[in-house]
Amino acid sequence: MNSLYADLFHAAAPETVLVVSALLVLGFDLVVGRHRTLAQRLVLATFLGGLGVLAALAFDLAVGATGPVFGGALVLDPLAVAVRGGVLILVLLTLGVASAAPVSRQPAEFVALILFATVGFLQMAAAQQLLLGFLALELASLSLYVLAGYDKARPESAEAALKYFLLGAVSAAFLLFGFSLLYGLTGSIAFPEISHALAYQPMSPLLAVALVMVLVAFGFKAAAAPFHLWAPDAYQGAPTASAALIASASKLAGFALFWRLLWSGLGTVAGQFTYHQSYPGWLTIVALLSAASMLLGNFAALAQHNVRRLLAYSAIAHAGALLLGLIGAGQSGPGPLFYYAATYGVATAGAFGVLAVLERHGPAQELTDLAGLYKRSPLLAGCLFIFVLSLAGIPPLAGFFGKFAVFASALQLGGVASPAGWLALLAIALSAVALYYYLLILKQALVARPTAAATPVKVPAVAALTLIVAAALIVLLGLFPSVLLSLV
Amino acid sequence: MNDLPLLSLLVFLPWAGALALAALPGLSDRAARGFAVACSLTTLVLGLVVLAGFNPAIVGYQFAEQHAWIRALHVNYRLGLDGLSLLLVLLTGIVSPLALAAAARGARDVRLLGLLFLVLQGSALGVFLALDFFHWFIFWELSLVPAFFLIKLWGGPGAGRAAYQFVVYTIAGSAFMLLGFAALYAVTGTLDFSALAKLGAAGQLAVLLGPKAILAVFLGVFAGLAVKVPLFPFHTWLPPAYAEAPTGVSMFLTGVMSKMGVYGFLRVLWPIFPAQLHACAGPLLWLALGGVVLGAFAAMRQTDLKRMVAYSSVNHLSYCLLALFAVAAGTTPSGPAAASALSGTMLQLFNHGLSAAALFYGVGVLERRSGGRRGLNDFGGVRTAAPVFAGLCGIAMFSSLGLPGLNGFVGEFLIFRGVFGLAPGTAAIATLGLLATALFLLTFWQRVFHGPRAGAAAGNFPDLDRSELLTFLPLVALMFLFGVLPHLLTGLINPLVTAWVTPLPLP
Amino acid sequence: MNALPWTLYTAFAGALLVLFTGARSAALARGIALATAVTGLVLALFAAASFVPGPGMQTLVDIPWVESLGIHYHLAADGISLTLVVLTGLAATAGVLFSWNIEERAGEFFALYLALIGGVYGVFLSADAFLFFVFYEIAIVPKYFLIANWGSTRREYGAMKLALYSFAGSALVLAGLLWTYAAGGAHGFALGELARAASTLPRGEVIVIFALVFFGFATLAGLFPLHTWAPTGHVAAPTAASMLLAGVVMKLGAYGCLRVALPLFPEGFLYWQPIIGWLAVIGIVYAGLIALVQDDFKFVIGYSSVSHMGFVMLGLAAANARAVSGAVLQMFSHGVIAGLLFAVVGRMVYDRTHTRQLADLQRMPLHRLLPFAAVTFVLAGIASMGLPGFSGFPAELTILVGTWASSRVWALVAAFGVLVAAAFTLRAIQLAFFGSTGDSAPAEHGADAHPLAPISLPEKLGAGLLLATSVLIGLKPDLLLDWINPALQSPLFQAVIRKGTP
Repeated sequence: MNSLYADLFHAAAPETVLVVSALLVLGFDLVVGRHRTLAQRLVLATFLGGLGVLAALAFDLAVGATGPVFGGALVLDPLAVAVRGGVLILVLLTLGVASAAPVSRQPAEFVALILFATVGFLQMAAAQQLLLGFLALELASLSLYVLAGYDKARPESAEAALKYFLLGAVSAAFLLFGFSLLYGLTGSIAFPEISHALAYQPMSPLLAVALVMVLVAFGFKAAAAPFHLWAPDAYQGAPTASAALIASASKLAGFALFWRLLWSGLGTVAGQFTYHQSYPGWLTIVALLSAASMLLGNFAALAQHNVRRLLAYSAIAHAGALLLGLIGAGQSGPGPLFYYAATYGVATAGAFGVLAVLERHGPAQELTDLAGLYKRSPLLAGCLFIFVLSLAGIPPLAGFFGKFAVFASALQLGGVASPAGWLALLAIALSAVALYYYLLILKQALVARPTAAATPVKVPAVAALTLIVAAALIVLLGLFPSVLLSLV
Repeated sequence: MNDLPLLSLLVFLPWAGALALAALPGLSDRAARGFAVACSLTTLVLGLVVLAGFNPAIVGYQFAEQHAWIRALHVNYRLGLDGLSLLLVLLTGIVSPLALAAAARGARDVRLLGLLFLVLQGSALGVFLALDFFHWFIFWELSLVPAFFLIKLWGGPGAGRAAYQFVVYTIAGSAFMLLGFAALYAVTGTLDFSALAKLGAAGQLAVLLGPKAILAVFLGVFAGLAVKVPLFPFHTWLPPAYAEAPTGVSMFLTGVMSKMGVYGFLRVLWPIFPAQLHACAGPLLWLALGGVVLGAFAAMRQTDLKRMVAYSSVNHLSYCLLALFAVAAGTTPSGPAAASALSGTMLQLFNHGLSAAALFYGVGVLERRSGGRRGLNDFGGVRTAAPVFAGLCGIAMFSSLGLPGLNGFVGEFLIFRGVFGLAPGTAAIATLGLLATALFLLTFWQRVFHGPRAGAAAGNFPDLDRSELLTFLPLVALMFLFGVLPHLLTGLINPLVTAWVTPLPLP
Repeated sequence: MNALPWTLYTAFAGALLVLFTGARSAALARGIALATAVTGLVLALFAAASFVPGPGMQTLVDIPWVESLGIHYHLAADGISLTLVVLTGLAATAGVLFSWNIEERAGEFFALYLALIGGVYGVFLSADAFLFFVFYEIAIVPKYFLIANWGSTRREYGAMKLALYSFAGSALVLAGLLWTYAAGGAHGFALGELARAASTLPRGEVIVIFALVFFGFATLAGLFPLHTWAPTGHVAAPTAASMLLAGVVMKLGAYGCLRVALPLFPEGFLYWQPIIGWLAVIGIVYAGLIALVQDDFKFVIGYSSVSHMGFVMLGLAAANARAVSGAVLQMFSHGVIAGLLFAVVGRMVYDRTHTRQLADLQRMPLHRLLPFAAVTFVLAGIASMGLPGFSGFPAELTILVGTWASSRVWALVAAFGVLVAAAFTLRAIQLAFFGSTGDSAPAEHGADAHPLAPISLPEKLGAGLLLATSVLIGLKPDLLLDWINPALQSPLFQAVIRKGTP
């Protein structure tokens, strides 16, 4: 028993470090920050938080891929290590962004919440058990709800948090119910054993209900249509740094957990669907979710004039593509999915980072608020250029290769005989639609003249560094994708 | 002497002169005129050199030059000269400097004028000397550009439209010609005229292309050439273009450019498509006849003197084609008649060049004296006012008419003699053209030159000055020379004609 | 030959350099841009000098890139690539020369321009389908910004339309390539490997995939009826961008058809061949007729580009060695000529007269006011008409001869297209430059009575460079045909040529 717990603490070192740093952040702020300005406290908090994350990252790499931990409750396989590292980097970027985003109150709590959410993410990445997965998910979600509503001064923030929370709570209920059904059907909460047990069971109505419930919950979590209704309001209303976190790290961790649950836990009831033979399973539902998300996300984004809502709908569209990557992961492994989610996270965090810096000098909500960015701040315009093009999937940036790898994996499932192949072709077609609204953003930033009221934007050093690092990551990971692919 | 590429020099020296003019923007008008005329004269000089070394007894091409050019397309740079080419080269050499001098006199921007003129001259020479379709066509098409600008920029009020029409018609025709040759190239892999002629004579082309296609190809090439001559009814571009163009340009157009078309018939169409020409010769004969008769009658109805001379050019050139088609249509052994017709054609080419150029020049003199008017009724009694001019102009007119003793007679006589032997009915109708020509030329003579001094001639109407005399006299002198000693010309072409006629009759 | 990859490296490096230094001084930006463009041209010519023509592609760089998908960073060149790389160098240099007057945001302009050039070089040198696609798409974004920022008429609309059409076309290509890769079980993305994978697919699938890939590329090549982006986009673009777009970028599409679509899916090509040929000839004539009735000078040139590209696509459709070699020659020739035409219209005329309406230009005696522009345009127009002495003539002749062997009807219709081209070119020359003789009182011209700025030295150099090239190739097309013809002997091309010839 002792060795089990020792292993657990060893494996959970990053989480521990994070909790400790969260407490440190809070403590420091209480002691030192009492008489400082909000901005200074923010910088201090993010700095300490960043240190904590770096330490956690170091531990994560040090621990490495040791395999199952604590009797299989956690597993530190290459994917888990990579996702944890990715999440930590994304959080680091978010903290860098947060240092520039004005916070109305209690910056230390803000950072602490981010760190707690990160703990949840790290656990989600490694969970191999129903309960632990649920706990991690809820830890993260609860932190994110609060983060979304953090700006008490604006009613949109409260509305965002409320919507997010309500729908999130409902989906948590669905998830728990689904999990309990699975337990009932298989008698175990560990993924490998569930998979083993389900292999000998035909598809029963109860199993179908369980699968549907689980998928509904994850659909919500991933902001996949038709469970996406919270996303536009949350992205628009939440403070910019929170939105960045929701859009980036939460997606990466969520999809990692999703992958593990669906393939190692429920892999045997995945089902198969080609035109020649089909077995029922969750693949069909995921495919439907993917198609719905891509269609809805892309077409709804066309009509948006608020840049954050546009990014929200684009997130929905990307969720659809990520679901496609999930489908393809059955044959090609989690590599493409991981690559896509990680690089998407960097790009989105970067985009929100640009918005955060812009917010210091005026509103950054409508597309027209970006007008003339090339003049106001060439650095922000250049970074935004890279982030948006990566989201659009333009080579040689990382977003392109992510899409390419995902589509290739989907098509390899059976060419166009399988609906996954058709989904891939649909995604390719929709990417042309997407280019339109991404170019709209860039048009404002790089073509439109600045309005008369526009002032030059000075970018704080930390934020500048963060954005440059993010942009560099996008470019380098796009040029050398093997670096990420070989990690999993 | 034998090592010098004389033919290439012939073609490219005028172009070199044009380049030199382009590179010297500061040249004064007088200097530009002098330089341009000097470059233009090189053609005559070199032509005489070639004449000296020319052996009429040899039937094939002399002074030939051949270099591989575009290996991938089997195209060779090939120039060669036989009797026909030599005649036309000499004609160009004579007419060009005179035309250039006439055009440059009093014109604005003489440098550009000279430049364009020299390019045009070089292109015309290239057409007469090239023996592979690739560069033949380059020269053919390139001649259009300077001609367009010469007409448009220095011409009369309607010059823009006339020039445009001229170019569009000619390019349209050339496009068909190009397509035809592309088809020939596709099946034979060569663009060389001699090689194609061999294949055509042996009937190989019909085998390679198929009966329908070869007719289409023939018609395409025919279209390109017919527009240039021009053959009725493709001639409608000519009167406006000749009339609107400035005098010197009209001289060149009628003197040299129109010969390019007939040359094309003789050098390209007939040798390569003998059977097709034979098959179509009947209807074509009627077209040529139409040109003869209708051209002459149309000239009769003109009051604008320049248009009158233009229509008369249509008429005279149609004689050449009449003869050719008559020869091509021949089914019975008709050696002497055919020989006569062909000799007449070639002589007519040369002589018409001289007389038409002179006529245009005369009209130009009238125009200049009268301040721009050139109507039939704008003059009267010029003979009294400017007797020398009247005399020289009269000689040109009578040469055009075909008066024995002047050069125009020999060509027309031979043509009629030949055509009477080959297609008597046609020849009979063609005499109507002769009649009409006589009518309008005499009308011209009588109205403008005879009678009391009237119109522009009533006022100050000086006689020819020195430079005008210098332009007119050589032409008239040559008219006399070749009228009295036609064997100077026929001597050059007789063996050639004999060689052409011998393989007749055609299947 | 190993100098060739450096053309694209220097282009991208130059782009970055210009971006960061150009903010300080436009003159510095121009200088660096010119140096980069000329370097690319010199490298291309240097490689050409030592080039030994042969059937296969000569590999320049081959490094494994993404092992799991079998993607290699594989650059290779044969005679066709070399021809087009030289064209790019010429067009780039001329474009920079004609952009010498750009002052606003010059650094960004030249950075985008050089990035576009780099992408184009990359496409012509790629031998791996993934890499090909990457460079193909890299070229899209700079186009959008060049037009949207520095363009003229309806620039934002034109830019968006162009970007979306190009992207949609490339999306089709991506779909086709991925389908082949996945369904055919290819081990990598090398063109030869994809060809092998495609040969294992059933005929029905190959036909569909070919349609995706070919028509995806053909969108960028301006094949009727996928051409509608081209006139709007080219008119909206600034001069240098138009020169590049019509001159080189449209050739990317045709090159994609030739290098990727045809050799990889010969059976698919056979099925679609009649349709492609008909679309090509319809495009030639239709675009020409539309050009004939345009009031805007630049639209005439824009439509003429579509018409000339129709010739290229016709040459590809005829699919025998002669027609295809003519098509490549026409790609080169039209690239140079289109550059000249847009340069005159945009830079020499519009920048000075601020109008492109033929009715307005007709009232100005431009042949007196801008004699150099008039001469250049006349010569360029002659070249565009396909008159002998210039590069268009051997190109169109070869295409017509080759097409005659495939389909006589196509050749006839195409010849009619030549006529139409002559008509609209002459009309444009007539109206724009020789509309008035300028002898009437200057007061008639009103505000245009003040003298127009003289043609600057960079413009003369650019025009001279392009004209000299057109004449050189017009008189000695061997220079290029000696590269192109051996390249067509490669097994991949022979497969489609043998099948395509009736």
